[in-house]
Amino acid sequence: MSAVREQTAPHPPPSTPRPRRTTGPGRRGPSQDGGRGIWPYVLIAPAVLGTLYLLVYPLVRAVVISLQDFGLRQLILGDARFVGLKNYETLLGDSRFWEVVRRTFLFMAVNVVLIMVLSTLVALMIERLGRFGRIAVLSALVLTWAMPVIAATTVFQWLFHSEFGIVNAVLTDLGFESFDRYPWFAHGPAAFAILVALIVWQSVPFAAITLYSALTTVPTELYESARLDGASGPRIFRSITFPIVRPIFMLVLSLEVIWTFKAFVQIWVMTNGGPGDATTILPVYAVQTALSSQRYDLGSAASMVTVVLMSGVLVLYFRQMFRQEDELS
Amino acid sequence: MSTTTRLRLRRLPLNAAAVVTVVVCLFPVYWMVVTAFTPSRDIQSDNPRLLPESWTLDHFRTAVGADGFGLFWRNSILVTLSAVALALVIALGAAYAVARMRWRGRRQFVLMVFIAQMAPWESLIIPVYIISRDTDMLDRLPTLTLVYFMMTLPFTLIVLRGFIDTIPPELEESAQVDGCTRLGAFRHIAFPLLAPGLMATSLFGYITAWNEFTYANFLIIKQQDNRTLPVWLSSFQNVFGTDWGATMAASTLFAAPALVVFLVLQRHVTSGFAAGAVKG
Repeated sequence: MSAVREQTAPHPPPSTPRPRRTTGPGRRGPSQDGGRGIWPYVLIAPAVLGTLYLLVYPLVRAVVISLQDFGLRQLILGDARFVGLKNYETLLGDSRFWEVVRRTFLFMAVNVVLIMVLSTLVALMIERLGRFGRIAVLSALVLTWAMPVIAATTVFQWLFHSEFGIVNAVLTDLGFESFDRYPWFAHGPAAFAILVALIVWQSVPFAAITLYSALTTVPTELYESARLDGASGPRIFRSITFPIVRPIFMLVLSLEVIWTFKAFVQIWVMTNGGPGDATTILPVYAVQTALSSQRYDLGSAASMVTVVLMSGVLVLYFRQMFRQEDELS
Repeated sequence: MSTTTRLRLRRLPLNAAAVVTVVVCLFPVYWMVVTAFTPSRDIQSDNPRLLPESWTLDHFRTAVGADGFGLFWRNSILVTLSAVALALVIALGAAYAVARMRWRGRRQFVLMVFIAQMAPWESLIIPVYIISRDTDMLDRLPTLTLVYFMMTLPFTLIVLRGFIDTIPPELEESAQVDGCTRLGAFRHIAFPLLAPGLMATSLFGYITAWNEFTYANFLIIKQQDNRTLPVWLSSFQNVFGTDWGATMAASTLFAAPALVVFLVLQRHVTSGFAAGAVKG
């Protein structure tokens, strides 16, 4: 958490050569060459170079491609020419694209609301459980968390298999005859619902464990005095618990927004965006357009729109993070 | 009614909720493992049973005997280990520079790392594909290594720097007074204390690289021998038709390393992950 706080430590004026301050802030260490001169730059050079080539350069390339006429022919011959904002015009003028954007936000909203509500409830529950129950629930959460995405996706396909899936069998046994051999992945809303179930199932553990560790920081005296004052459970949560865990809650919220916005693997493997377009969200749309239809330019433009939309969340995230750092210092 | 019974009754909804949570969390994992051990004729039944009548190892034999199984394990392990090792070495140096030295541009560097942590990797697949193709790196494992290294580098750096911050520099300074070099002081004093941090971060890198699917799927196209396990697993149903037993056996084998490592290192994982993830 000290990333930003440290910055308030007095800096020597940039032009003067560095004095003997070779170690951590405010500490006077033995004078060594290691602390000044080029050593810090040598140490960070591989990280900087790696980032420039593996992250910044692809990002720049993506922007460039989105401004070019870049299809299969250009990929092979390499004679792409710039067409300005034409790709963005094509994209924004396409009603299918807007349908995808709308669906992306719906998908994100449903997932994030479910994740935040469920994980808050689970976190509150863990806090009230006895020692044994707490260990049991935490272990179950950790195991779920550790389940690799691909394995989990495959298992959900199996759970919801139309003929031999356990879900259909149980629903039929419970008297819902209409679920006998119900083809979940053939119906848009059903496939959408399964993907939401999968992503919520995978996301709740991280959120719940993080929120629970935030809850443990609330001083118990506060609860006791509130209870003495006769406050009800919901009232205590609203006036005491939530304000204290709010920074962590907001952080988890922004992270989940970003993560569900980027959900790709589960959808690609399970439904490929189908049936029809029913589960196509922005990242899926971008990959479909680029790699399946070989319109790299339109795909890049769609990716850039995704990045811009996500940057909005990112700004909120950083503001929250910095505010939290300020509060701590 | 005695007080203890009343107390127990009051706690009933809470405990019921706990049981439901555990069941919902574990059922898919349980069902994966159980299906993997269930004979095919029982799998292909309209009435699946929660506990199979008989057990079999056939599906595991099918999965292990499948074309390229060993090869894809080797690929996955190779890519994962080299990406994690690369990220650890490079992040350790940079984290040391940030935590222990004062230099111009340090603040900007830290900010860059925080931003890089949120990199939109899902949106960069197209340029990375084109760059790899232009540099003749398509279909090659080192490409995946480099991408996974970059995916894990920022997190590794942030967490390691946090760990280095917690080690008092005085320890190293006194070793230096005693005649150690700066590097020697770091290696003998700080490095052992960093072990938990190195463990937590390498675990994160390991999970990320081991599970990564998108880049492995779209950067390895022609050289099928260079595929990794997640991609292989996703194509499993094509390989085996509708052999769900074998699919679940393969999923179990693939998930096992992650599940075991998580369980063994649970405490480190939760604290390390929570700290690191919340930090940025």
